[in-house]
Amino acid sequence: MRLKKAFLKTRKSFLAILPVIAGMMLLTGLILQFVPIQALSSLMGKSKALDALSGALLGSVSAGQPLISYVLGGELLASGVSLVAVTALIVSWVTVGSVQLPFEVMMLGRRFAIVRNLISFVFSILIAILTVSTLSLLGVAL
Amino acid sequence: MKHRLSKPMAFLLVVLLMYLAAGLYDAERAVAALSFSVSMAGQILPVLALVFAIMLLSNVLLKSQWVKTHLGRDSGAGAWLVSVIAGIFSPGPIYPWLTLLKELKEKGMRPALIAVFLYSRGIKLPMLPLLIHYFGLAYALLLLLYIPLFALLSGVLIEKLPGLNEVEK
Repeated sequence: MRLKKAFLKTRKSFLAILPVIAGMMLLTGLILQFVPIQALSSLMGKSKALDALSGALLGSVSAGQPLISYVLGGELLASGVSLVAVTALIVSWVTVGSVQLPFEVMMLGRRFAIVRNLISFVFSILIAILTVSTLSLLGVAL
Repeated sequence: MKHRLSKPMAFLLVVLLMYLAAGLYDAERAVAALSFSVSMAGQILPVLALVFAIMLLSNVLLKSQWVKTHLGRDSGAGAWLVSVIAGIFSPGPIYPWLTLLKELKEKGMRPALIAVFLYSRGIKLPMLPLLIHYFGLAYALLLLLYIPLFALLSGVLIEKLPGLNEVEK
């Protein structure tokens, strides 16, 4: 009886949210096709300080497999973009969810979702600076 | 009798209308977007099943009082550690996990632990060999160290900031 009640409750929660999950997946596909991620990356390579910010911004508006960020990061690094910027991109790619933000707002509340993503954005830059500084201290070059 | 469209259905309808507009603007890219979304759906289905099972189990086994004690305001260091590990090992896209977190939050889970879980998802263990391949072992190890540390820090910040730490009564 308890199991049946729990099953019905879980099914109800799930069915209520399925249209949003379907909508978010469709929206992610649309954003990735129509937002020119590659073109945005051309903004980088101008100044080291701005690069970190651009990297974090680029990663934040992106979604999809982290592998894409590794490939894109590798290409940017080869074309002279700083490692701090590339790291900010890689970290914000997996920790900041601008594309998923509407869903997070719906699930966990507007204030929590926005503040959490802002914190994650700032942290992606801090992690990038720390990672590159530590590599430098250890004498490791990429 | 009037039928009002629910918010989730209205959202889906809006996205479908956006697809229609995108299709009229550039049919090829709209089809590519749809194809990406379908492949993502393939990835999400097993995770949805997993999350459904966890939610079912939590509804059978976890009472609000248990969640409040072990994951609530007075939970100890263990809860923070469990949140980091659970985040690192939670597979697939975020959407089903947010559904589960909403349920746990309603049962009394501390918002700080939700933040820790979500940030820890930044570590993608299956992708680790690729990260090492592109950027080297030292770089990958540093990210493995810093991301969980900052996940904990994000939880601490969420806890300290006013208005973010309300647990459902």
